[in-house]
Amino acid sequence: MTTSRNAELFSSLAAGVLFGLGLAVSQMVNPAKVIGFLDVAGKWDPTLLFVMGGALAVTVPAFRWVVKRSYPLFAAGFVLPTRKDLDPRLIAGAALFGIGWGLAGLCPGPAVTALVTLALPIAVFFVAMLAGAFAYDRVARRKRTT
Amino acid sequence: MTMGDFTPYSGFLGGVLIGLGAALLLLANGRIAGISGIIGGLLAPPFSEVAWRLLFIAGLWLGAVVFIAARGAPLAVTVQASLPVMAVAGLLVGVGTRMGGGCTSGHGICGIARLSKRSMVATVVFIATAMVTVYVVRHVAGGAAA
Repeated sequence: MTTSRNAELFSSLAAGVLFGLGLAVSQMVNPAKVIGFLDVAGKWDPTLLFVMGGALAVTVPAFRWVVKRSYPLFAAGFVLPTRKDLDPRLIAGAALFGIGWGLAGLCPGPAVTALVTLALPIAVFFVAMLAGAFAYDRVARRKRTT
Repeated sequence: MTMGDFTPYSGFLGGVLIGLGAALLLLANGRIAGISGIIGGLLAPPFSEVAWRLLFIAGLWLGAVVFIAARGAPLAVTVQASLPVMAVAGLLVGVGTRMGGGCTSGHGICGIARLSKRSMVATVVFIATAMVTVYVVRHVAGGAAA
């Protein structure tokens, strides 16, 4: 059992390395590059579409194949979202996220990865992001219990 | 429409690496590689499964460090927004990703690969609001706001 636990933790690290390397290679860690994609009225840079295309070229077939298994390799089961309905929170949350993404050119993965540069604006964004996520989760939890 | 600094090959290759990371996390551990969700699980109880989340984040950093070492050059991270704008943007991304249940990775790469209607709608919404935000900041406010 401990072998599978160690394999699970090592897989997490390895998955993170691939993901972080991919963000660096594709330059998606660079806010200016991401804003170049979002700025359709300026000097538009469609690179982000190729990043998504590359990722989906792997995940679309891989996920189909993986979820046919009864279990993942090293864990007790798959932890997958089950909701299918479109609710106002999904739309409002995605809209707010998009505004923040457009203002900074950073989304959570690149924000975490770009922390390795120790740049102050990245750190400010990261701390504010944690504060926003923490505050939202607290309020949402209180609403559920009352 | 003029084209900016377009890098389709490194973009696609980086995307493939990101996709491999997401596929490995699902195959090995049964988990979705949604960065906002992975971080969110560290902010609120129950504090179970902290180790794999921290190792994934450490992996993101390690991946970026490997890239920096291999290229022998620092990671290009150019931030155009001011610190107050970065703080507001971080808050919006934190709140929005928790409210909407995902970000560019969880909805945009993993959710679309699972053919989730919620993720497809969320991805269209956050790309649209991000593009509108960049348009307003760059072409209406003339860059004065950021």
